[in-house]
Amino acid sequence: MPWSRNELAQRAARELQDGFYVNLGIGIPTRVVNYIPKHIDVTLESENGMLGVGPFPYPDQVDADLIDAGKQTITESPKASYFSSVDSFAMIRGGHIDVAILGAMLVSQSGDLANWVIPGKMVRGMGGAMDLVAGVKKVVVLMDHNAKDGSPKFVQTCNLPLTGAGVINLLITTLGVFEFRQQQAELIELAPGVSLQEITDKTEADFVVSTHLISVPY
Amino acid sequence: MYKFRDDEHVALKDLLFDGMTIMAGGFGLCGIQENLINALFVSGVCDLTVIANNCGVDDVGLGILLRRRQIKKMICSYVGENKIFEQQYLNGELEIEFSPQGTLAERCRAGGAGIAAFYTKTGVGTVIADGKEHKVFDGETYILESALKADLSLVKAWKADLEGNLVYRKTARNFNPVMATAGNVTVAEVEEVVSIGELEPDGIHTPGIYIDRIIEGRSNHKPIEFITTRNFPDP
Repeated sequence: MPWSRNELAQRAARELQDGFYVNLGIGIPTRVVNYIPKHIDVTLESENGMLGVGPFPYPDQVDADLIDAGKQTITESPKASYFSSVDSFAMIRGGHIDVAILGAMLVSQSGDLANWVIPGKMVRGMGGAMDLVAGVKKVVVLMDHNAKDGSPKFVQTCNLPLTGAGVINLLITTLGVFEFRQQQAELIELAPGVSLQEITDKTEADFVVSTHLISVPY
Repeated sequence: MYKFRDDEHVALKDLLFDGMTIMAGGFGLCGIQENLINALFVSGVCDLTVIANNCGVDDVGLGILLRRRQIKKMICSYVGENKIFEQQYLNGELEIEFSPQGTLAERCRAGGAGIAAFYTKTGVGTVIADGKEHKVFDGETYILESALKADLSLVKAWKADLEGNLVYRKTARNFNPVMATAGNVTVAEVEEVVSIGELEPDGIHTPGIYIDRIIEGRSNHKPIEFITTRNFPDP
């Protein structure tokens, strides 16, 4: 039984530690905030210029001057601070953010990430993603293991323009978890009830299997 | 120098010419210059190169200039949630130079700070690095990115005094302070103009030296792209 999108977010939250400064990308990564354990203190950075992002506002608290990088209304936590885009990306590029969690269109076996454009079809722009993957200490990617038509998203080589080359540290898909070391992917965990055969069949990328593979029956 | 102007049209009238380069602060619709952008629209100035993180949405912010085809080229990092933009680009009617968001901010900073270019690791190994000088520092590869300047910079702040000292509010700050530094002329639109001495000097975000003209925005609709809320707790 593959992980749901909420379970992906829940699994990603386990990568967070007390004291971490964390940037969450648009989409599934936003949901990670719902699963941060109560006993750890994590500060969320939003690249439009804020540290200490709080929960969504109550309807009477909505403030047009207070949005996150996904352009959604938010609130400020008591320890919040605001700064310019220049300062925000100095933090990001300068290695001061501990973890960035992003979504992906394609991931390659060497840890390349593609998530900003499909030439001729869809253009969104990279936003802050190229800076995040270049500067943040640990890059975690969350995605469906396969596209809607079943085609693999974890591939040998990305055939889309890259967001970063060899930048991913951890890939969490709906079927399992892969760790990258020296641009080599290692399967370290299977979603409950997912077999090694199933994940191998549904993956185009080459990967090694950890000797400590975590695999639990559904 | 007296910097205050009566309205957005007066503030921009003698500064506009076809083919000019304009920087505009803002992130999505947050911290955008509603009144100054409207004055650009009314003026009909065209063939613009616009440097901004985004291009508004279809009928709001810089998006209104797209609809009238006043923009020839955008230098930006993100264009999602804007159908007209995507269509004009995919049809080849609009030129885009994508710059990663942090690189875009730093290019403006460099432009305002007398730095011609700088090396960054952002974009190495991607199309952004194509044709750019690569250099290795301490074993890591960087690419050379050049500074950005504009004929005119538009910024939005919360408050200004008559000297042009600016204070921004919350995440409406974003690109505004850095773009204020990189315009040949910089015009600030604010929600409230106060007398000199009313703003705390220690709390000024943009010193008045960067600001040439100030207007108090007549309308401050401050549209929101995505209103997200949580439910009130049960009593």
